[in-house]
Amino acid sequence: MNHSHQTEVESKDSSRLEYLTFTLGDEHYGLDIMKVREIRGYEPVTKIANAPPFIKGVLNLRGDIVPIVDLRIKFNVGDANYNEFTIVIMLHINDRIVGIVVDAVSDVINMESTDIKPPPEFGVAFDSEYLFGLAPVNDDMIILLNIEKLISSHELGLFDETTMASEG
Amino acid sequence: MSMDMSQFHGVFIEESHEHLDEMEHLLLALDPSAPDTEELNSIFRAAHSIKGGSGMFAFDALITVTHVMENLFDKARQGKFQLHAQAIDGLLVAVDALRNLLQSYTEGSEPDWALVNSTTADLEAILDPSLSNQIESTEQGYGFFQPLNQPSDSHTEAAQAETEEASDFGFFGPLASESSTSEPSASEPSAREALVGKGSESEAGSEPEVSTDDEGFGFFAPLGKAAENNETSEDDEAGFGFFEPLQAPLQAPLQAPSTPEDIPPDQQGAPSASQAKEPAVNIASRPSEPAKSSAPVASSSSKKEPSAKSESVEASSIRVDITKIDSLVNLVGELVITQSMLNLIGDDVQGPSSERLHSALTELERNTRELQEGIMSIRMLPMSFVFNRFPRVVRDLSKKLNKKIDLVIEGGQTEIDKGLIERLVDPLTHLVRNSLDHGIEKPEVRLAAGKEETGKLTLKAEQKGGNILISVSDDGGGLNRDRILAKAYENGIDVPENPSDQQVWQLIMSAGFSTAAEITDVSGRGVGMDVVKRNIESMGGRLEIESQAGVGSTFEIRLPLTLAILDGMSIAVGDQMFIIPLVNIIESVQPSENQLKQISNQQVLELRDAYWPIVQLYKVMEVEPNSPRPSDGILVLIETSKTRFALLVDDLIGQQQVVIKSLEQHYRRVPGVAGATIMGDGSVALIIDAESLALKVDASFVNKEMG
Repeated sequence: MNHSHQTEVESKDSSRLEYLTFTLGDEHYGLDIMKVREIRGYEPVTKIANAPPFIKGVLNLRGDIVPIVDLRIKFNVGDANYNEFTIVIMLHINDRIVGIVVDAVSDVINMESTDIKPPPEFGVAFDSEYLFGLAPVNDDMIILLNIEKLISSHELGLFDETTMASEG
Repeated sequence: MSMDMSQFHGVFIEESHEHLDEMEHLLLALDPSAPDTEELNSIFRAAHSIKGGSGMFAFDALITVTHVMENLFDKARQGKFQLHAQAIDGLLVAVDALRNLLQSYTEGSEPDWALVNSTTADLEAILDPSLSNQIESTEQGYGFFQPLNQPSDSHTEAAQAETEEASDFGFFGPLASESSTSEPSASEPSAREALVGKGSESEAGSEPEVSTDDEGFGFFAPLGKAAENNETSEDDEAGFGFFEPLQAPLQAPLQAPSTPEDIPPDQQGAPSASQAKEPAVNIASRPSEPAKSSAPVASSSSKKEPSAKSESVEASSIRVDITKIDSLVNLVGELVITQSMLNLIGDDVQGPSSERLHSALTELERNTRELQEGIMSIRMLPMSFVFNRFPRVVRDLSKKLNKKIDLVIEGGQTEIDKGLIERLVDPLTHLVRNSLDHGIEKPEVRLAAGKEETGKLTLKAEQKGGNILISVSDDGGGLNRDRILAKAYENGIDVPENPSDQQVWQLIMSAGFSTAAEITDVSGRGVGMDVVKRNIESMGGRLEIESQAGVGSTFEIRLPLTLAILDGMSIAVGDQMFIIPLVNIIESVQPSENQLKQISNQQVLELRDAYWPIVQLYKVMEVEPNSPRPSDGILVLIETSKTRFALLVDDLIGQQQVVIKSLEQHYRRVPGVAGATIMGDGSVALIIDAESLALKVDASFVNKEMG
């Protein structure tokens, strides 16, 4: 815990950030690797009644009951199919654990903050308020997500209003 | 620096609360006439610990009060100060004041200095006798005792001074003035005589001698006598007819009483008489309280003593953050699941090593189970943590209500989950207050009914299977069936026809019900029993009432052993598993076609002349069922606090204990779901919240058809 905190501070100091990149359909995305708890294959989940379709259900992550969100359904990118290559990224946000379903995990990239270009106003599945910006890597354009803001948004409705208020 | 210290505040405050609880507990158990030195030491240590900690954090208000308390206990344990019932009262008030101050430090607000001052003044007034004693012994009584010889003039002055000093704290006002009218500083020898009374002969013998050698102005001769012959000096008290009535009954717990009639007062006798009298006055210092009211206190404190003794043995323990234990509980839960997975895999293994694998797995299973039990037991606390607060409650209330009550506590060592302990306090306090206020009759009424004057209130805890039974019983008048019924009709509460006693008792737990003729500050606001019932049900427990007119009532709380584990029935709907809490299940039936009826759009089950509305779990949980029709599936009959219904499921899997996990921790509350659990294969099953499912049932329909 201490260690990770230190790393975060260091990486901020040098204005360098590490991003985990993944794909949803044909698009490439990146998210702050410090928010990632682990990466695992997709497993069947327990469905939850009265939840929106993009909330697949909950599963047992070593004793924690963790919700699983399929961003492909929520933002209508790619096909929401589940096979042996489907990946769940377990995120650690606001002391909560949330899993997101993605098509594949590609790489970990280092990024200078100066390399990040402002996000486009349109043409991306996500509302620009959930984006940090765009970053060109090799021939691809990677969309950098503000995953913390996205996961705790009202739009996803993962957290109760009350707990959101208390967590600012 | 202040930041560094503040992280210890929590620990200090928590510890201080424990010390205060211990102090209160020991004070209540203390026999003022013959205090146990070990107990006095314990109280002293508690006060000292709080003072020490407060010093570290510069909590001056706490230091001030505990310092005086510490002095007092120090004197008491050295035998320089004789405790008396009234001093105990004062000390209990001081304990409350400390709690108050601690609270303000917890909240970071400014402590109530007026409270500090009045409390210290109170305590000093209690201690005053022994203070003067000390002065006397160092100064050989010079100057101090002279006024004693003089007639009343100077006394009244002194008395006035004392009264004024004491007037801040109303409580002791009457005492000061009363005692001073006769002999303001007569208190000194009282402490000394107390020594004698206590029977510590060596001290008692030597001290008066010293004073006599120092020419104690003839005063100490009688004292010396007193040392030799306790009775003489006490007999001398007869001279002060004034105090006799108060003193006679009250001295009983203090010292071996003697008949204060024979010896007429004389010059010599007078001072020593006054000396002897002082403690008596102290006890009786609440003029409004006749000897009567203190008697039950004495009896209740003597009742408590055995249990107090057994607990005063210091347990060696360490302080651990509860979250650490919770994470251990979680980890062990994981281990159990992993272990059961290994068992499944082990069954598939063939070949030469399979036998060795199996024996190793068996070993692992046993160790895991023991580890799980061990860790669960860390969370367990004895019920005495809750019960120990009740001697004080009963003592205070019985005084207030002018009733005589014996409190009997049984099974305080029964262990229960810490989470439940905290939530039990309020419901239990309510039940105890109810029993004291409504249950146990006034002494006159009891006598008239041919009962003993002193009522008996029993608090009992025992473990039965996976449950803890906690009961509050009294030997009072019992619940009044007719009055409850009348009140229920009056308040518009639904009453079944020809209700059984049980059904009538259940009525008092309806919202807005109170039979108290008048609203007192003890009980009677009608927000009582329904809240108690709801609290208990939220812990997964039940409240049962038994009552017999004229004999008494018993309120029994039935709780699961721990919050973390639930007895449940696992059921299947489609490909998903759910857990229904066993407490809600009455029975399960496989309905035949002719038992199923359709009444005004609602499918119902007719069973033994009762109609059960049917709730389809697959609809509520949005699952694809194997058997959508009730005649193909199984109906689980469910009872909640609000209503009854039949829940349609595909299949019953089996009964099992499950570890409750919160859904809210990483997700949010889900309607109809109380939580989740992890099954043996590692999958998640949702626990059904029967109470919220009951809301889906048309309540008006149920009442109409089933009433």
